[in-house]
Amino acid sequence: MYKYDTYDQAMVDTRVEEFRDQVRRRLEGHITEDQFKPLRLMNGLYLQLHAYMLRVAIPYGTLSGAQMRMLGDIADKYDRGYGHFTTRQNIQYNWIKLEEAADILADLASVEMHAIQTSGNCIRNTSSDQYAGAAADEVVDPRPYAELIRQWSTFHPEFSFLPRKFKMAVIASDIDRAAIKLHDIGVQIVRNDAGEIGAAFYVGGGMGRTPMIAPCINPFVPIDQFITYAEACLRVYNRHGRRDNKYKARIKILVHELGKEEYTRQVEAEFAHLLTQNIEPPLAELERIKAMFADPAFEAGLSDELDRSDPDFALWVDNNCVAHKQPGYIAATISLKPVGGIPGDATGEQMRLMADLAARYSFDELRVTHAQNIVLPHVKKADLYALWQALDANGLGTANLDLVGDIIACPGLDYCSLANARSIPVAQKISQRLSAKSQEIGELKLKISGCINACGHHHAGHIGILGVDRKGVENYQLLLGGSEAADTSLGTITGPGFDEDGIVDAVEKATQVYLANRSDNERFLDTYRRIGMAPFKEALYG
Amino acid sequence: MAEVQFRFRDDEPVADPGVTVDAFGEQTNAAAVRLEPGDDARDLIPHLDRLQLIEVNFPVFGDGRGYSAARILREAGYQGELRAVGDVLVDQLTFLRRCGFDVFAPEVPLDPVDAENAFSRYAEVYQPTTDGRAAIWSKRHG
Repeated sequence: MYKYDTYDQAMVDTRVEEFRDQVRRRLEGHITEDQFKPLRLMNGLYLQLHAYMLRVAIPYGTLSGAQMRMLGDIADKYDRGYGHFTTRQNIQYNWIKLEEAADILADLASVEMHAIQTSGNCIRNTSSDQYAGAAADEVVDPRPYAELIRQWSTFHPEFSFLPRKFKMAVIASDIDRAAIKLHDIGVQIVRNDAGEIGAAFYVGGGMGRTPMIAPCINPFVPIDQFITYAEACLRVYNRHGRRDNKYKARIKILVHELGKEEYTRQVEAEFAHLLTQNIEPPLAELERIKAMFADPAFEAGLSDELDRSDPDFALWVDNNCVAHKQPGYIAATISLKPVGGIPGDATGEQMRLMADLAARYSFDELRVTHAQNIVLPHVKKADLYALWQALDANGLGTANLDLVGDIIACPGLDYCSLANARSIPVAQKISQRLSAKSQEIGELKLKISGCINACGHHHAGHIGILGVDRKGVENYQLLLGGSEAADTSLGTITGPGFDEDGIVDAVEKATQVYLANRSDNERFLDTYRRIGMAPFKEALYG
Repeated sequence: MAEVQFRFRDDEPVADPGVTVDAFGEQTNAAAVRLEPGDDARDLIPHLDRLQLIEVNFPVFGDGRGYSAARILREAGYQGELRAVGDVLVDQLTFLRRCGFDVFAPEVPLDPVDAENAFSRYAEVYQPTTDGRAAIWSKRHG
């Protein structure tokens, strides 16, 4: 894992003091709320429906045990005993007092964490593959490249007042576990035929009210020009992205309006200029970072055998664990989606337990996934049963990864000042209704957003649900056929929306259509793509 | 026109008010020009040798195009005064300075203590720009 040196530590410590000063000036009335807003937002502090919400950055979703323990302690000390892991691999606290926000940042800084640029119109925290460093299919570990982006983007003087927020994701395998084509910039680290490492740039994807899949604008940027290329992409956007309408201000609109070719031409021209400016960190810096992501001390020669005699354990292994590059190890997902629970929530106590288990069983490492779960990336198979027992005894052993109960949901109208409808109760009802059949249904990614901003990624769900306000009443639209994986696609609305109970019925009907029509080992998404919308419409509205 | 509040230059201030980019194109003797967010800073590059003052206007602090304009001018070798005017606030000063602004004329004068803190707060920086400060990576790898 990355370790701060004195430079990195000084940066976050200084930020704590700066923010303390900004809060003081606000509380003393030297600055207006309008002037304070962008400052607190660049520290991830939102004013929500009931209280301040603080979003804490978890760079590329990687945490140490000590960091996870601190997140649990913060939940108990400053919040109501829980936190919410988000689709950006971050954590949010929903009941924060402005007066205490700087103290929280100081606690975070003590474990090399921060809330820098977790909101605002700047480059946000970079996300990545939750199995980075463990996945059998990766070209390299993508996280050193994400860390390079973290440092480059932190307090970037030119890109702190962009037209709109800017999200980047980095992966290094062909299987996309980070939805890179739905980001402002998605980077795939690749190896070319000559064996050299480079970066493929996908620019202009996104969800929100105008979902778009990012085109590839350059399939291979040499790795020693990688940051310079990103800078060129951002400069063209900062200069020419629309600022007249916040709903048309994301880079996807610029790329769409200019066209991929013209945007690429402008980026390449800016890139050629910036190459003369010597802004690229030397490869020695990348090597310094890479050394900190070296493999942990895996034991060699371990057996891949597992005792599967406990059927509940066997089910959890099959559903929640994925192959590891190292024989005798496995990557295990801790579901934060208990049946009827709030997707992504964990209590302070659960966070400390996960921290302890990481220390004991996973080389002190955890990952947050964009599907709002936690991964222990490096578990010895011989320890897996003991790990599962500890999880199961504490409500963390739900065996539903990628099943219908593994719902992504935004906080919705229960917390969010932008929402039009509640997301959490809908997720809870669907989870309760369908959990008994989830094994039979198989992989089904269900995603719920409480408004058109799409924080719950409804466009990319095999089944997506969008909450809208219809004449003062919450109404839910159903979408089918989205995907955020390498076969990225956007869902299609089935037709008129439903009320809260109606949407639960509608989801169940959609699963029934699938079960009646599936052939062989088709997933819900495959069947939908084969048979199309008509049979679903017939069942829903016929 | 707002007063200059902070100046990080030793030369004599230019008294001329900046003309618009359009007017500048027609006035071959103008030494000062004022860029609005929608103007292309690169249009000035052929004329940098005769410019002594470039004002960059921030009508609202959230419009960040002026940051790119400033860097582009400095990257092109402009050595004259680069003045940030308009909705310039304390918490933008560091970023503006790093992008090459060396004179600040905020519409509403800033608290001098807050501003001094802002200018000096961050001892180190992650990115190289043309402001002469070495990036952290260059210190790490000497």
